[in-house]
Amino acid sequence: MSSFISYLISGISLGSVYAIIALGYTMVYGIAKMLNFAHGDVIMVGSYVVYVAVSGMGLNPILAILLSIIICTLMGVVIEGVAYRPLRNAASPLAVLITAIGVSYLLQNVALLIWGADTKSFSNVISLPSLKLAGGSIVITGVTIVTIIGGILIMAGLMLFISKTKTGQAMLAVSEDKGAAQLMGINVNKTISITFAIGSGLAAIAGVLLCSAYPSLTPYTGAMPGIKAFVAAVFGGIGSIPGAFIGGVVLGILEIFGKAYISSQMADAIVFGVLIVVLVVKPTGILGKNIQEKV
Amino acid sequence: MEKKKLNKTTKSNLITYGMVLAAYLIVQGMIAGNLLSNLMQGLLVPLCVYIILALSLNLTVGILGELSLGHAGFMCIGAFTSAAFTKATMDTFTNAGLRFFVALIIGAVCAGIFGFLIGIPVLRLKGDYLAIVTLAFGEIIKNIINVLYVGIDSNGIHFSMKDQMSLGMEPGGKMLISGAMGITGTPRQSTFTIGVVLILVTLFVVLNLINSRDGRAIMAIRDNRIAAESIGIDITKYKLKAFAISAALAGIGGVLYAHNLATLTALPKNFGYNMSIMFLVFVVLGGIGNMRGSIIAAVILNLLPELLRGLSDYRMLFYAIVLIVMMLINWAPKAIEMRERLFSKFKKKEA
Amino acid sequence: MALLEVNHLNISFGGLHAVDDFHVSIEKGQLYGLIGPNGAGKTTIFNLLTGVYKPDEGIINLDGQDITGKSTIDINKAGIARTFQNIRLFHQMSVLDNVKAGLHNHDKYSLFTSIVHTPKYFKVEKTMNEEAMKLLKVFDLDKEADILASNLPYGKQRKLEIARALATKPKLLLLDEPAAGMNPNETEELMDTIRFVRDNFDMTILLIEHDMKLVSGICEELTVLNFGHVLRQGKTSDVLHDPEVIKAYLGE
Repeated sequence: MSSFISYLISGISLGSVYAIIALGYTMVYGIAKMLNFAHGDVIMVGSYVVYVAVSGMGLNPILAILLSIIICTLMGVVIEGVAYRPLRNAASPLAVLITAIGVSYLLQNVALLIWGADTKSFSNVISLPSLKLAGGSIVITGVTIVTIIGGILIMAGLMLFISKTKTGQAMLAVSEDKGAAQLMGINVNKTISITFAIGSGLAAIAGVLLCSAYPSLTPYTGAMPGIKAFVAAVFGGIGSIPGAFIGGVVLGILEIFGKAYISSQMADAIVFGVLIVVLVVKPTGILGKNIQEKV
Repeated sequence: MEKKKLNKTTKSNLITYGMVLAAYLIVQGMIAGNLLSNLMQGLLVPLCVYIILALSLNLTVGILGELSLGHAGFMCIGAFTSAAFTKATMDTFTNAGLRFFVALIIGAVCAGIFGFLIGIPVLRLKGDYLAIVTLAFGEIIKNIINVLYVGIDSNGIHFSMKDQMSLGMEPGGKMLISGAMGITGTPRQSTFTIGVVLILVTLFVVLNLINSRDGRAIMAIRDNRIAAESIGIDITKYKLKAFAISAALAGIGGVLYAHNLATLTALPKNFGYNMSIMFLVFVVLGGIGNMRGSIIAAVILNLLPELLRGLSDYRMLFYAIVLIVMMLINWAPKAIEMRERLFSKFKKKEA
Repeated sequence: MALLEVNHLNISFGGLHAVDDFHVSIEKGQLYGLIGPNGAGKTTIFNLLTGVYKPDEGIINLDGQDITGKSTIDINKAGIARTFQNIRLFHQMSVLDNVKAGLHNHDKYSLFTSIVHTPKYFKVEKTMNEEAMKLLKVFDLDKEADILASNLPYGKQRKLEIARALATKPKLLLLDEPAAGMNPNETEELMDTIRFVRDNFDMTILLIEHDMKLVSGICEELTVLNFGHVLRQGKTSDVLHDPEVIKAYLGE
C-alpha cells in the first residue's frame, strides 16, 4: 500500500513537470496555431544555464533560475521572430512544422558542441526538507512539493492572466481569428511574441524542476519530456489550460505506474499508446473544443 | 498538346531512372577498377536504404502533404518481420534468391499494414497530429521489439514479452527475436545491385502513382481538401492508400537494411527518431515532392561527411540548418516574392 | 417534377438562425439566381445543398432523390457540383490535371493499374485527356493545359473551377459569385460562357451573385434572401422591381 502511495506521489510530481511544459505547449498551439517542436529543447537549454550558473560560476540558485528564465524567454522570442514568423502565412502548413523540427535539432546540436555529450549531474537547487508521512514509510521530497505547488500556481496564474489582462484578451482574440484581431487593432505579431515569451519562460522553470527531480542533464534531456508534454496537451484538449494541467498529471501517473507495475521498458510505449487511444476515441481531448474549417 | 505534356513527364521520369542506372554503372566501374575503398563499398547498401526511405517519405510529405516522423518505425517493421522470416526458414527454404524475394514481400506488406492501421485513426484528423502520432508509433515499435522474444520449434511459433525462458520452447527450438539482442545470424544477402533494383522499383511505384487517377486524387486532397470532397473524392480512402503505400516502401528499405547486417537490433541509432529526421532532411533538401531531388540529396548528404572527415562532427548541426534555411527560402511568402522579383528582372535583361 | 426541390430548410449556429425555412424549386434547364445582402445566408445554403453542413430541419430533393444529410461526396455523385466564393483550385497541379481530377468518379481504374500502368491505364488516360481538353476548350483554357493552376490569371482560375465542376458531370451546377473580382469585359464573357454551358451541357444552374448586370442578364428566376429567410421569389424582372427587395438592398 505504501509503495502504491509513493508511486502515486512520484507520478503526480513527474506529471506536474509535464503539466508545466504542456502549459507552454498548449498556449503556443492555441494562440499561434503551431506545434513548437523546439519547446522541449528550450527546457534543456534552460537547465544548462542553471547548471553552468550554479556549478560553474557559483551563482545563488535563485539568481541562476532567474537568469535561466530571462535567457529562455529571449530565446523563445528570437526563435519565433526569426524562424516561425516568416512562415506564418506559408502555402503549406508543413513549412513551419518542419522548421520547428529544425530548430529543435539546432538547439540540441549547439548544446552538444558547447557542453558535450557527457551527462552532467544537475545539483538539486531546491533545498527544502522532505516531508515524512505514515511514520517515515512515505517520503515526499521538497522538490516534489515545490513542483506540485508550482504547477498549480502557474496554471492558476495563466488562467487569471488570460481572463483578466488586456494582453490575455488579445491572445484569445488572436487564437480565434488573426485577421479579425488585426482589424480590431490588436498587434498580432506582438501578441504571438508575448505568447512565445511566456511559454519559453515556463520552459525554464520546468527545466529546473525536471532536472532537480531527475538530475542527469544531456543535450537530449528536453526532447522526450517535450514530446510527452505534447501528448499531455492533446490528452487534455489542445489549447485548454486546465486541460494541459490535468493531462500532464494523468500522464505522469500513468508513466510511473506503467514503469512500476508493467515494464520499465514499456513505459514510453504506454504513454504513446494513450495518445493514439485518445485520438481515436475523443480527438479533441477531455477539455478541448471542436473547431470547424470555414468553407 | 496532350502528347507534349505526356512526353514532358515521361521524359523527366526517364531522366530520373537513367540517372540511377548511370550512377550504378559508374560505381560498378569504380569497384572493378579498385577505385573504391572497402569502407566506401560498405556504405553503398545503406545509401540505397536511405534513398528508398527518402522516396517513401517524400510520397507522404510531398504528394500526400502530411508529415510522418515515424518512417524509421515502418522501416523497423519491414526489417524485423523479414529478418525473422529469413531466420526461421534459413534451413528449410534453400533457394536463397526466392527466399529473399518472399522476405521482401513480407516486410513490405507488414509495414504497409501498420501504415494502414496507424492511418485509420490519424488521417481523419488534420494538421500536426499525424506527425506526433507517427513519432509515437516509431518509439512504441522500438520499445516493443526490445522486449519481444520470439522462438520457433516443432510446436510452432512462441511469443513472450518477458524473457527467453518463458517461451517454454522444446530443446532444439530456434530463437528468432531475442529482445534487445535482436536477430542474429541472418545471412547477409543485400548487395548494391539488389539495392539499386529496389530503388528503381520504389521510383517506379512512386512516379507511376503520381501520374495516375489515384495520385491525382491524393494530390487534390493535399492542395484543397474541401474542393476535393466537392468533386467526389473520398478523403480518408485516398489518404490511407497513399500512407500505406509509403509505409510499405519504407518496409522495403527495412528489408534491404536488415539483410545487410549480421545482427539486427532495434536501437535508437538504427530506427530512432533521428533516422526519421534524417530522411526528412533528404526530402527537404531535395525539394518537397521532387523525387529526383530526394535521391540527389540523400547521395550528397551521405557522401559529403565521408569525403570531408572533419565535417562529420557537424553533420547533425548541418542537418538542422538545412531544415530551417531550406524551409525559409522555399516557403516564406516574402522569400517567394523576392525570388519572383529577381526572376522577372533576369527575364527582362534577357529580352 | 422540379430538378431541385428544397423545403423547410433550417440551420442555426449557436444562437444565430442562419437559414430560416428556406425553400426553392428549380426546373431542369433553368438559370436560377440566389441574391441578397452580405450575410443573408447564401453561401450557407450552398453548404447545406452540398452536404458541408447538415441541416437542422428540412428536405432537399434532387431529381426525385432525397439527398438530405448525405455526405459531400455522395451528393456530388448524386449530381451536384459547385464552385467556391474564394477560389479553391488544386494549385500545385496542372490545369489539365485539375479537370482530370474532376473526372475521378467517371473514368476509373484500379490502384494496381495506377501503380503498374497496364494497357488499361493508357486507354483510360487517353479518354480522360480528350474529355478534359474538350472542357478546357469551352472555357478557352486549352492553351494553358500544362501550366500550374496557381499560375493562371484570376479570371481564368474562376473558369477552371467551373470546368472542374462540370467534369464531375452534375445535374445541377452551383456557382458561388462567379463574377467576383472580374472586370466588366470579363463578366460579359462569363455570361456568355454560363449560357453556353446551360445550352450545350443541358445544365441546370443555381448561382449566387452580387453583380446585378449579370443577374438581370442571365437569370430567369430569382430568390432574394434576407437575414436567412426568403424575401421574394419569382421572375427576375418582377423580383428586382419589388419595393421590398430594393429596400433590403439599399436600406431605409
